[in-house]
Amino acid sequence: MTPTAKAFLRGLIAASPMTVVVGPFAVLFGVVATEAGLNVAETMLFTISVFAGASQFAALQTMQENAPVIVVLATALAVNLRMVMYSVTLAPHFGTLPLRSRALMAYFLVDQSFATTVAEIDRKPDMTAAEKRAVFYGAVVAVAPLWFAASFAGAMIGRALPPEYALDFALPITFLAMVAPMLRSLPHLVAAGMSIALSLLLAGMPYGTGLLVAASVAMAAGAGLERWLEARR
Amino acid sequence: MIDKTAFWIVLPVLALGTYAIRFSFLGTLGARPLPDWLTRCLRYTAVAVLPALVAPGVLWPAATEGQTDPARLAAAGVTLLVGIVTRSTLGAILAGGATLYALLATVG
Repeated sequence: MTPTAKAFLRGLIAASPMTVVVGPFAVLFGVVATEAGLNVAETMLFTISVFAGASQFAALQTMQENAPVIVVLATALAVNLRMVMYSVTLAPHFGTLPLRSRALMAYFLVDQSFATTVAEIDRKPDMTAAEKRAVFYGAVVAVAPLWFAASFAGAMIGRALPPEYALDFALPITFLAMVAPMLRSLPHLVAAGMSIALSLLLAGMPYGTGLLVAASVAMAAGAGLERWLEARR
Repeated sequence: MIDKTAFWIVLPVLALGTYAIRFSFLGTLGARPLPDWLTRCLRYTAVAVLPALVAPGVLWPAATEGQTDPARLAAAGVTLLVGIVTRSTLGAILAGGATLYALLATVG
């Protein structure tokens, strides 16, 4: 087996456990999207063109609350801003690859492919750019087809479910479950706490703008506290 | 129900915006490091946005016409707690879901 094929397999194997969350999450997206009034084709177009689970849910929720388009976009894009970090982190490793190769990788840059690639580069820093790319696509193959297939399954299930079988609370639970493991330091806890407190206090602000204010202040609070803690050390 | 006009505006802009975010540095050859304050802020975007997105709905669920519901509140609390302790997203979802359905079946 060539080193590139081996790298691909390592990526595939390393990302496999992530399917346990990706599959159900995608099913849930399909169900919630169709219950919100999208048809199967719209749901699939959404999930294929955006391909970023948390922001898809954020857009669905704010659209259901009839927030203005600009607020929907600001919220959903804010959820994706963390990917700027991913892009920055990966850039030095793939700079030698042709542009079209990097343009395609950009589409598939998700939490799982990023995490897998970074961890593998950490373990084997001497890999060539092509091998690193193979690791990346190994992870992509583990999660992306599953994401699309499970979204489709969810959309079909959602159409079949009677409306009174409401899954209104599946989304809050999923988001909280995604956030909880990220609360690994005091600044993260403070940011999340601030986010909750302010969103409740500002819930009366028009057009969902309270959410944007709460998120901005919470982000600044987390970053500010981190900086202060570092300076004290 | 989602307004379809809004949906057809959101879809392309969100898709292109998300792609632009992913392409930003990977696509431009110069891998310049970001300023410290910016990476520091980016680290907190997810934990700052997602809780604010769900908190009002947890305390005042639309399903109960805004009346605080002990079952939903408890389910949210259990989800958060299990997620923090076990660091497992799936474990937290299962624990939260079990709490919700158990309480809805017995109490509510």
